[in-house]
Amino acid sequence: MTGAEFVPLSLTPLLIGVFAAVACALPGNFLVLRRQALIGDAISHVVLPGIVVAFLVTGVVAAVPMLLGAAAAAVVAVVMIEAIRRLGNIEPGAAMGLTFTTLFAAGVLLLEQSDTSGVHLDVEHALYGNLESLIWLDAMGWESLFDPVALAELPVELFRVAAALVGVSGFLWVCWRPLVVSTFDEGFAQTMGMRTNVIGMALVIVAAIAAVAAFDAVGSIIVIAMFICPPAAARLMTNRLSTQIAWSVGFAVLSAVLGYILAGYGPLWIGFDNAVSAAGMIATVSGVILALTALWGPCRKRLGAPAV
Amino acid sequence: MSLELAANDGVAPTGAGLASSPLALRGMTVSYGQKPVVFSVDMTIAEGAMTAIIGPNGAGKSTLLKAALGIVSPLAGQVTVFGKPLAAERHRIAYVPQRASVDWDFPTRVIDVVLMGLYRELGLLQRIRGQHRDKAMACLERVGMAGFAERQIGQLSGGQQQRVFLARALAQEADLYLLDEPFAGVDAATEKAIIDVLKSLKDEGKTVVAVHHDLATVAEYFDRVFLVNTRKMAEGTVAEAFSAENLDRTYGGRLATGQIDQLDLVAG
Repeated sequence: MTGAEFVPLSLTPLLIGVFAAVACALPGNFLVLRRQALIGDAISHVVLPGIVVAFLVTGVVAAVPMLLGAAAAAVVAVVMIEAIRRLGNIEPGAAMGLTFTTLFAAGVLLLEQSDTSGVHLDVEHALYGNLESLIWLDAMGWESLFDPVALAELPVELFRVAAALVGVSGFLWVCWRPLVVSTFDEGFAQTMGMRTNVIGMALVIVAAIAAVAAFDAVGSIIVIAMFICPPAAARLMTNRLSTQIAWSVGFAVLSAVLGYILAGYGPLWIGFDNAVSAAGMIATVSGVILALTALWGPCRKRLGAPAV
Repeated sequence: MSLELAANDGVAPTGAGLASSPLALRGMTVSYGQKPVVFSVDMTIAEGAMTAIIGPNGAGKSTLLKAALGIVSPLAGQVTVFGKPLAAERHRIAYVPQRASVDWDFPTRVIDVVLMGLYRELGLLQRIRGQHRDKAMACLERVGMAGFAERQIGQLSGGQQQRVFLARALAQEADLYLLDEPFAGVDAATEKAIIDVLKSLKDEGKTVVAVHHDLATVAEYFDRVFLVNTRKMAEGTVAEAFSAENLDRTYGGRLATGQIDQLDLVAG
């Protein structure tokens, strides 16, 4: 493939896919270790009604109203979960599952009933985004990377996921020690004067920011998969958290790149006519990576295996 | 009641008693849901002594420690640490939680757990240097775990895990050590190693408080006891407060007479 073909058609979707995958995988490491992996699932579901309502109120698909809508929906979800848990006397996991599926379903209904035909907002986009359409038509080839006129036409989603990735990385960098200590031993962290509930809340907020930014570009399937699969696979490769983070980034990048290529060319290689959804393929690749590490990863441990 | 007065006998608090006590609770009441787990407990820990907190299962022993540390918020009650509010003197306390309270599958090595004890020194971003590693290794040395520094924590036995927790507390270089069942489910070698370290801490003038289950070793290991069953039952030196009568009241008759007889107690 030549630069003239690759740069306008594939470079930006690939970068957006990679940035979104890494932005979700990074906080996913801590969510999985805290046994809060469901939160990623939850956030990406709750985001939908929030974004739809934001669109209905403002009439535009723009980053700020969408983020606010998603944040408002997250608050509603948290209140709902608490209410269901207390009033119904139901365990938290069940209350979460109930809330998120209900809110997501409500989002689907809202979406169907509202006039969103003029914008990129429908159920398919909510699930698997529009990665393939995030192309850079003004680019003529690699030289366009140095052409200010062409650069000005880069898809705005690229900047959003890049900003989310920078934000997530910065948060993990600065809050690394409190995150690690409070994830491993919350009581001890409190005796060290750490505000563990604030740290936990900050982690969820950062994950939500990554989810909303990624959701916009790549849909909820990737968001859910990237919060869980690369970190879980990475855990099976190492017994050190910093190394685990590195593996999870590697797996996220591999999933995004391989998934994008396989979705675009895989079906053609085996004789089918059409490409398949890049988001679906990226998520599938991440699942396959997890399966492979679960079978052959060096740091697997049987549940309940006795300490050596 | 003579038990109250007993706080000034035996291994007595040095200095002005209550005002400078390493740990003093007043009217501590904690409840999970409707039922109070700890009710209106006053506790004054003697400086430089080893105190065992004793009581039946569910008597609120761990909760008492957690309330003292601010991990659980009490319904009522005050905590003073070395005569000051907890927040001001937090850095003088080291806490060893119950071993079962954390996930030992966590991807971290022994040395990294001990380095967690240096968080106050390191802060958010300061790099870990040779001096920090040396200090962590010295703490591991003290509990006999230096050879395991690079191991993943899940590969340790229960007793070894407990010793790593103790090493992390040592790294904090505190004046008051609060331990939640440090001897629960550990091997004899570990029990010996831990009690040796705790006694050496006492020799350095530090104060040690441990939730303890094994009544048979109370007299051998500890100077003072604090008996609790939701309410304070007794407090004082082992010789005075660790009596058959107090144990009987604390355990509500759940200890068999034979068990109490074996303890070779002073007459209640």
